[in-house]
Amino acid sequence: MSTKELTVDILVIGGGTAGPIAAIKAKAKAPHLKVLLLDKANVKRAGAIAEGMDSVNNAVIPGHATPEQYVKEITIANDGIVNQAAINAYAVRSHDMIRELDSWGVKFEKDETGDYAVKKVHHLGAYVLPMPEGYNVKKVIFKQLRKQGVAVSNRLTTTRLLVGNDGRIAGAMALDSRSGEFVVIRAKAVVLCTGAAGRLGLPSSGYLFGTYENPTNAGDGYSMAYHAGAELSGLECFQINPLIKDYNGPACAYVTGPFGGYTVNAKGERFIKSDYWSGQMMLEFWRELEGGNGPVFLKLDHLADETVTKIENVLHITERPTRGLFHAGRGTDYRNDLVEMHISEIGLCGGHSASGVWVDEHARTTVPGLYAAGDLCNVAHNYMLGAMVFGQIAGEDAVDFIADKELPEVDEAVVAAERERIFAPLLREEGIPPTQIEYKLRRMVNDYLQPPKVTRKMLIGLQRFAEIRADLEHIKANNPHELMRAMEVHAILDCAELAAAASLYRTESRWGLYHYRTDYPERNDADWFHFVEVRKGADGRPECFKRPVPPYLYPIDADERDAYDQLRVDDSVAA
Amino acid sequence: MPTIENRGIASVIVDPDKCIADKGCRVCIDVCPTDILVLDPAQGKVRMAYDECWYCLPCEHDCPTKAIRVEIPYLLR
Ligand SMILES: Cc1cc2nc3c(=O)[nH]c(=O)nc-3n(C[C@H](O)[C@H](O)[C@H](O)COP(=O)(O)OP(=O)(O)OC[C@H]3O[C@@H](n4cnc5c(N)ncnc54)[C@H](O)[C@@H]3O)c2cc1C
Ligand code: SF4
Ligand code: SF4
Repeated sequence: MSTKELTVDILVIGGGTAGPIAAIKAKAKAPHLKVLLLDKANVKRAGAIAEGMDSVNNAVIPGHATPEQYVKEITIANDGIVNQAAINAYAVRSHDMIRELDSWGVKFEKDETGDYAVKKVHHLGAYVLPMPEGYNVKKVIFKQLRKQGVAVSNRLTTTRLLVGNDGRIAGAMALDSRSGEFVVIRAKAVVLCTGAAGRLGLPSSGYLFGTYENPTNAGDGYSMAYHAGAELSGLECFQINPLIKDYNGPACAYVTGPFGGYTVNAKGERFIKSDYWSGQMMLEFWRELEGGNGPVFLKLDHLADETVTKIENVLHITERPTRGLFHAGRGTDYRNDLVEMHISEIGLCGGHSASGVWVDEHARTTVPGLYAAGDLCNVAHNYMLGAMVFGQIAGEDAVDFIADKELPEVDEAVVAAERERIFAPLLREEGIPPTQIEYKLRRMVNDYLQPPKVTRKMLIGLQRFAEIRADLEHIKANNPHELMRAMEVHAILDCAELAAAASLYRTESRWGLYHYRTDYPERNDADWFHFVEVRKGADGRPECFKRPVPPYLYPIDADERDAYDQLRVDDSVAA
Repeated sequence: MPTIENRGIASVIVDPDKCIADKGCRVCIDVCPTDILVLDPAQGKVRMAYDECWYCLPCEHDCPTKAIRVEIPYLLR
């Protein structure tokens, strides 16, 4: 339980997708700076893209799409509640990032002419760029980290950010989950890239780590940003995905769609026009499952044998390569069998929906010197490439921010208190194992927060969460690994309470299933055409408030506005 | 507050004849995102220590001797 102190210029937390690019870009812009990239896991294989990616979900490539088209599509898909400037900041850099990755050695699909082979999966435009040989993306990026001389530190679970006496960010505190050391890192700027809150709901399998997201992403970043005083945004806009039942990974319609695969109900009929993941699509999916037309399946059995082989060569090799093993275990062959699909547990994620730490188009949070990028920030539907681009924006802006700045002064009592908080579960003689509390907490999240959202249920949920908070005084870890899990449970509980608070605050329904409130079933633009923000109030409790939607760069016509509300193939069938 | 031990089957299986952890290899232990693989000091081989697997495969793919086989965790199969 010794303490280690480090001092750097820029600290990047999370070495998955956004983080490495942030570190590479900061170092490339200012090679003299000390840039440290740390991760709870091992940067080499950390994060969502550890085994590659099936496709770029949101490529904005000249000749296929313009930034204006893309920004408008995401605005409509997200029911208007977006900061278009932030989405545009991604869109205008999207093509350059693809070209840079290409030059580093990441393989994207191209047509006979050498042009990127973009496919249409979204409701309106064409943005999906397949990566059938995308399994090497992490290795390629790791090589660039080495090349730029970025310092990397693994197995450090950050638990709290340090805020200086002047209100600027001052660093972070972490637990070494191998040695049990307490690590204090002082920095002039921090880029937080800790991914989604992927261990919020409990998968229906009951397996704590059988999540859609990489389960290292427990929601730590949301909790850390909250305790540092940052504003969080859209936490009521949950992440819910259509996944292979029990396996709980993507099927993935973006890969199979361009080959002719699609989603059907129990009658074998198509019921949604677009398989692109949106709250509106999920609402139709849920209605089908609950309305007597389920189960829902991915249909590939009508495709030619060689087409199925091509699909297998993507789905069983990149991203989630155990998909093939799972199907083999159940005797499922895409050629003859439908793939049973299901609705995932809830999570918080900017990259898939829009729930994250508030950032502007410079990736700046509301705490000076603190940046957020990737799934953790609230830039809607940003996915893998958006994570990288926002990593770039954050890393480069952080270099400018720290120019001529000294390290902020910090209150040593805060450091001592965090040290005490972290080690309490280890020092305690006996108590409740972290996994047992986590199981109960996440089961309660399912019972009380999974949409459709019901006011009374969410209020009961908050009561249960408060009781679990009291139980945290009795959590017992036997070693540094379990201590990491214990600290994650604290973060998951914060996320559950924040998600409930934001959901209760927005008294309307929006984003299809993501925020479907039975007590307020209609969308109400007159009162709720705003972001719902949450931050830590003066009393230490979550405080919700409205933030206006900034004026659009690209106005949306009245006849385009509701395009994502018309996803059902035949409206008369809707339950 | 007395506690009890829970039992479960290991879904990450290491072939002791192929594993060269006793020669210093730590590749799978290093790359596993959830940090659930450990060296069994008595045997000099790797084993799964926590039922916290994301069935993601870096361990299997990076093992130099192909000693690891990842199965889908029982609850999901
Ligand atoms: C199964 C799956 C399939 C996907 N498919 C696609 C696709 O086909 N196309 C597409 O464009 N997008 C896809 N996405 C989305 C895309 O992968 C993500 O949006 C993107 O990778 C997010 O990057 P990130 O850096 O925010 O998070 P990650 O890459 O997950 O990185 C987060 C990192 O933070 C670390 N971390 C977490 N907590 C802490 C802590 N307390 N201290 C230190 N480190 C911490 C984690 O170990 C992890 O390495 C998919 C995502 C998943 C999960
Ligand atoms: S990577 Fe393979 S050989 Fe090396 S320690 Fe792990 S199981 Fe053994
Ligand atoms: S499959 Fe993934 S989580 Fe499971 S042991 Fe291997 S590397 Fe670790």
